[in-house]
Amino acid sequence: MPIVSGSGQTQNNHQLNKGVWTESGAPAEAPFNVIGKRVPLKDAYRKVTGEGVYADDMKFPGMLHCRILRATTPHAKIVSIDTSKAEALPGVRAVVTGRDAENRFGVLPVSQDEVAMASDKVIYNGEPVAAVAADTEEIAAEAIWLIDVRYEPLQEFLKPRDSLKDVAPELQLHEKVEKKHPNTNIHKAVDQEFGDVEAAFKEAGAIVSAEFKFDGISHGFTEPHAVIAHWDADDRLQLYTPQQVPHYTHRALAKVLELPMHQIQVIRTMVGGGFGGKSDPFQHEMIAALLSMKTRRPVKVTMDREETFLTGRGRHPTESKLGMAFSKDGKLLALDSDVIIDGGAYGSFGVVSAYYNGVLSNGPYRIPAFRYHGKRIYSNRIPSGAMRGHGSVNPRYCTETLVDMAAVELGIDPCELRMRNFLESNTLTPFHKFRITSNGVREGLAEAMKRSDWKNKWGKLPYGHGIGVGCAWYISGSALPIHWNKLPQSTVHLKIDLDGGIAVHSLAADIGQGSDTVLAQCVAEVLGVDMDRIHVKSTTTDTAPIDLGSYSSRVTFMAGNAARAAAEEIRHKLADAAARLTGQRGEYFDFVNEELVCRSKPDVRVGFMEALHEAQADVGALIASGSYQSPPLGSTFKGSNAGLSPSYSFSAFIAEVKVDPETGFVQPLKVWAAHDCGKALNPLSVEGQIEGSVHMGLGQALSEQLRYRNGQLLNANFLDYKIPTPFDTPEIEVIIVESHDPEGPFGAKECGEGALAPVIPAIGNAIYDAVGVRMFEVPMTPDRILKAIEKKQREGK
Amino acid sequence: MAKQLLKLKVNGRDVVVAVEPYHTLAQVLRNELNLTGTKVGCDMGTCGCCTVHIDGKAKLSCLTLALECQGTSVHTIESLNEYQMHPLQKAFAECGGSQCGYCTPGFIMKSAELLAKNPDPTREEIKAALSGNLCRCTGFMKIYDAVEQAASELRKKDAPQPTPIKV
Repeated sequence: MPIVSGSGQTQNNHQLNKGVWTESGAPAEAPFNVIGKRVPLKDAYRKVTGEGVYADDMKFPGMLHCRILRATTPHAKIVSIDTSKAEALPGVRAVVTGRDAENRFGVLPVSQDEVAMASDKVIYNGEPVAAVAADTEEIAAEAIWLIDVRYEPLQEFLKPRDSLKDVAPELQLHEKVEKKHPNTNIHKAVDQEFGDVEAAFKEAGAIVSAEFKFDGISHGFTEPHAVIAHWDADDRLQLYTPQQVPHYTHRALAKVLELPMHQIQVIRTMVGGGFGGKSDPFQHEMIAALLSMKTRRPVKVTMDREETFLTGRGRHPTESKLGMAFSKDGKLLALDSDVIIDGGAYGSFGVVSAYYNGVLSNGPYRIPAFRYHGKRIYSNRIPSGAMRGHGSVNPRYCTETLVDMAAVELGIDPCELRMRNFLESNTLTPFHKFRITSNGVREGLAEAMKRSDWKNKWGKLPYGHGIGVGCAWYISGSALPIHWNKLPQSTVHLKIDLDGGIAVHSLAADIGQGSDTVLAQCVAEVLGVDMDRIHVKSTTTDTAPIDLGSYSSRVTFMAGNAARAAAEEIRHKLADAAARLTGQRGEYFDFVNEELVCRSKPDVRVGFMEALHEAQADVGALIASGSYQSPPLGSTFKGSNAGLSPSYSFSAFIAEVKVDPETGFVQPLKVWAAHDCGKALNPLSVEGQIEGSVHMGLGQALSEQLRYRNGQLLNANFLDYKIPTPFDTPEIEVIIVESHDPEGPFGAKECGEGALAPVIPAIGNAIYDAVGVRMFEVPMTPDRILKAIEKKQREGK
Repeated sequence: MAKQLLKLKVNGRDVVVAVEPYHTLAQVLRNELNLTGTKVGCDMGTCGCCTVHIDGKAKLSCLTLALECQGTSVHTIESLNEYQMHPLQKAFAECGGSQCGYCTPGFIMKSAELLAKNPDPTREEIKAALSGNLCRCTGFMKIYDAVEQAASELRKKDAPQPTPIKV
């Protein structure tokens, strides 16, 4: 039975462990020492003092500054590039163009379709074309305008449906497109059908369907992109970059620069927010490296905010058509969806996005018949990619809206209808065989209903005031690695020397979500030591074992398990040492408050340092390695790997809003956010992740949109791209639902991404409850709401 | 244009620095004086990351030309933890008011101005004061908690008072 707790609840367990232990004797379940405590982030004090070092804060002797020249047209042949005037400008040290590095790269091995800079043609307005390294940023900025690029315009693909058509080969944006549609600009098509969808719709007691449209949105992290490359005196490339995924950048650099990977060190700086927007290997990383190799000097790229928007990788603009069939008593019978997502100029994570937009609709409800046709297209717009809740957010809005419509049609309370259809715990989804372990969605929804006084509000509030619900689920890490190999998905190394400090080496990237802290907690828990002893070294590829990095909400689950495994190895050694010192062979020792306590004779104790020094006799520093690899999961059909995860989180949100029918303006009043994250390893961080997700979801729901005219982004700044301010953000009441996952570290699942998706439909459904209009376009801006209200009034007459 | 001499106090120290007339205060603080705690998130006054105090008033250093600060006294985030951690810094860390940390110096400097003027602000007053600062990570809730915790800490009579920022 999951434990439901509210914001601000703490547990302090200093007593000896009594309960369930792992094989090494470490606690597997509560009571814990540091797990479940509200622990400030390991790097919080560096951040609040300004001591934390981000890429743009770094300086090197002799460092050059780079500016990038970008395409000024969405689609054109490059007829010529003349850099001679730029090269002649005093203070300019090097100029590079696409000819300097033609090897293609991309985050997915199947979509190697990016180049450092465009050389034959440009495919979006903002694409890098050339770059300059100069003594100062001003000189570099002046020099790029001296580069003369001649373009010959090509037909532009700015509307998703244009990309579905057959075109001449020279109008295909990339050489490799979907095999099933070889003459188009379709990047990836996914077609899946399971169960008898047609029959389900025939038998249905209620059918709901609608067409939806979503604008593209951007991550809006506060730190603009920045990178420093340094080709050093040892002929090695040192790349300082705020990467969520240093490992993929490492691979891509090696490919583009034609260097062995060991000749490159990627050093992750502090990351000023990522949300998926810093998880691709990037052109500016390649450009900085090329310029540094050319000049043998450190080269820094710092983008301005507009360039950061243009670099893109945000959530796909989406057009979709969905239908759902229900029985008369409210049992979900079938889901049929047809989705086009606009991938923009590059592949990025898009093959995954194309699958996720369909397969991640197989929860949190049981779907007995499922059909999905999804197409990701290339266009001459800013590249789309992975953004928090990758691939699940827009389809979730659609399904949650349809469930709400069905509830109205069937005369069943929307929460009740959801309760009737939730997946059970410890089950497999019917077709994809997604393994559901623990599932606290029912408890979460019940608690959110109770706290929001749902029963007295839904359908009962005055006109202009409404309440709505949205539920969701999300993967706790993709079980499918991007690169097919036999390596574990996460590896963690520990080293403890004479000083008693515990170095935790991992390439899991702390991007502000607190991954360093969670790894430290896992190690501290197993070894029963203070968090202060633990120093997480997660920045450099020379010393950190490979971890696939911070995406797909995987770090707590996968790197956390690896950290725990490594710590258990050390625990064995320390327990042996304690047994030697005390003569208590064959006894278990509990590790609590820096002491090793004999379980059967609690007065027999050895200090942590004493045990450590005994264990180090003849071997020196203790070292250990732990790793995590997903178990074999899922079905066997082609494409069945997409959406697989060792575990899934669940959420149930309720939102209350006021809508001004005169202006269409929506004021969110409160959000009750129940999220099942398994065991909350650090409730302070869990709340922070959920509150942040709610805030970001509210932005997509109500105000955030990337607006284009003729392929040019119109609102590449924080004034016109409207992220909710404190005044736009209502109170958020977090309800942590703790269901114990059998495989997650100490029972944990994800919480960083899954809590975003349910906000948007909860708001949309609340708007319906308030003013009786269904919103099929997101964001639900005042003009769109007003239009919908006017349409309803016209039709009413 | 030639560089010009700028004389001002930064974090209590007299500083003389030759600056380009078009350089902003943010650029001079970060690039010339190595005070990189002040962050630049948008460079156009929309995010608040670059907030510093000029003669005790919270200002956006990306919208302030360095030469406008001739003869002024500027305080940055680095001034807050001389000798000891400022209660605001402590509270932002303890309450989870900082995730990625990039907006944090700006939020803290803006909050410091608020608490100097209003030692016991309501949540609405905190919201109003911070409405020009953008945080993409926290959803603001834990930032409000931090400001409230710091305010209550600072109101304690026997609490060690931080390095004063005069308003």
